Amino acid sequence: MTLQIEVRLRYGKGFELRVDNEFSLQGVTALFGRSGCGKTTLLRIIAGLERVQGATVRFGDRYWQQGSDFVPLHKRRIGLVFQEHSLLPHLSVRSNLLYGYTRTPEALRRLHPPDVTGMLGINDLLERRIDQLSGGQRQRVSLGRALLISPQLLLLDEPLAALDTQTKREIMPFLSRMAAQSGVPIIMVSHAPDEVQRLADRVAFISEGQIQSVEALHEALARPNSPLFDDVGAASVLEGNLGEAGEDGMRLFGPPGTQLWVSDMQQMPGQQASRLRILARDVSLSLDDPHRISIQNHLPVTIERIDPAHNNRIVVACRTADQQLLLAEVTPRAVSQLGLVAGLELFALIKSVALLA
Amino acid sequence: MFELGPAEWQAIEVTFKLCLYTTIILLFLATPIAWWLSKGRSHTRTVVQAIVALPLVLPPTVLGFYLLVILGPRGLVGETLENMGLHHLAFSFEGILIGSVLYSMPFAVQPLTEAFNNLGRRPVEVASSLGAGVVDRFCTVILPLTRGGFLVAATLTFAHTLGEFGVILMLGGSIPGETKVLSVLIYDHAEGMNYAGAHSLSLMLLIFAFLTLFVVYSINRRFEVAKL
Repeated sequence: MTLQIEVRLRYGKGFELRVDNEFSLQGVTALFGRSGCGKTTLLRIIAGLERVQGATVRFGDRYWQQGSDFVPLHKRRIGLVFQEHSLLPHLSVRSNLLYGYTRTPEALRRLHPPDVTGMLGINDLLERRIDQLSGGQRQRVSLGRALLISPQLLLLDEPLAALDTQTKREIMPFLSRMAAQSGVPIIMVSHAPDEVQRLADRVAFISEGQIQSVEALHEALARPNSPLFDDVGAASVLEGNLGEAGEDGMRLFGPPGTQLWVSDMQQMPGQQASRLRILARDVSLSLDDPHRISIQNHLPVTIERIDPAHNNRIVVACRTADQQLLLAEVTPRAVSQLGLVAGLELFALIKSVALLA
Repeated sequence: MFELGPAEWQAIEVTFKLCLYTTIILLFLATPIAWWLSKGRSHTRTVVQAIVALPLVLPPTVLGFYLLVILGPRGLVGETLENMGLHHLAFSFEGILIGSVLYSMPFAVQPLTEAFNNLGRRPVEVASSLGAGVVDRFCTVILPLTRGGFLVAATLTFAHTLGEFGVILMLGGSIPGETKVLSVLIYDHAEGMNYAGAHSLSLMLLIFAFLTLFVVYSINRRFEVAKL
């Protein structure tokens, strides 16, 4: 499934949105950029909430907008989730969830209320009024309501931006579970690198009203000075399966030979997590495998690339045994003292890992 | 004091009919206008907004005079109607109904515009994404979420039409059973030195007006909608 979008729109003080792109929609696509770069406007054009003269929007082989033809939003079957809560205040949780479901032709329904409420953990909330829900619960109901129209496409406009850190952490697993299990392509607007690293399979970088590039998440994370490294510096995302929890609450992650111990905090029962996020500054490099050390996670790696120094810091890109990219941040002094060069085999010591989903 | 004769009952009937019809027509007419006004800011919108609000500041006799000219036998509308074999609209119930609709327009449009502004675009966008078409969205989202605004608009329109005098006198005159409404009858009574008759009707209108405003402000408090 691909999305083609062609639009030129001038608005505000000299701001121009100029997009002419076509990209695959499999999985989760993040529209990533700073506030005011035009990403939300782009999302609204895709949804059909803004009708821009002369724009073309094609979803698969269906033209949603071309020339004077325009399919209104209520006929596009797009699930929308907004930044702030958008539940209909005069309806109960149950009626909100069923509002779209009952308006979806029976033949097109693929997702049904019991599955969706179970997946999002909102079974106990169905009879509540909207003002009796917390922020996180509201977003989960919004997600469920959008899923229950069995959408062809889900558009999420910064769905976590209005939530506090704790609630974000609570919702994130539901979001990634939804992305993995619903099979619906998702486009998500975000300006937060950690959300993108956690959820996205593909990133469209947007700045000054243009899509600069569309890259797979791994490509985007592999290049030096990726825009995704804004606030906490370089980071890598490792994928793998999660083992059973031991008595001390630690679980093994990844295939034999590249296994890591991760602590089992805030994990959903029975979930096979698939992503670990490791900040480059939490990774040290050692020429031999130290044993008398508190750091538990040592991985044999091969240096693939050493980036130029930036602020007296050097990012060293390493390959793990299962060919995943792991970034380490070291000083130029360490590079010269240890004699680090591309191709060198050594050990990466990982101080802390964050289980993403 | 409150003995009502046939003339009084006739005036009450005409007045009630006029208020009811005006309210119903205005709710249908004002809703799309208010919706359009709430959808943005442009010069055209400002012009329309000003025209709608004119009866608030214009002497009713001015409005009545122009309507008399337009709807009368020599006016644009009246003459066209005569040529089609119909009656012109001056000094008729239909004529004062048109006058009332125009005269009370701001009292329907303003609370509705305010209610639609408070509603914002989000609930409507959400409903469209969930597959609801235009009529569906209006009935299941807009109407329930702005019903306070509709109640205020309806009550104010009804009450304001009740208090109409200048437009009706200019346009409709004082024809019993056709255009003689309560306010005109009170005027007639006072002119004819029938102070008791004028008093009883005046007191009725006073109490009714107070009750109406009491209801409006209660609704306002309950729904937190527009205040006038």
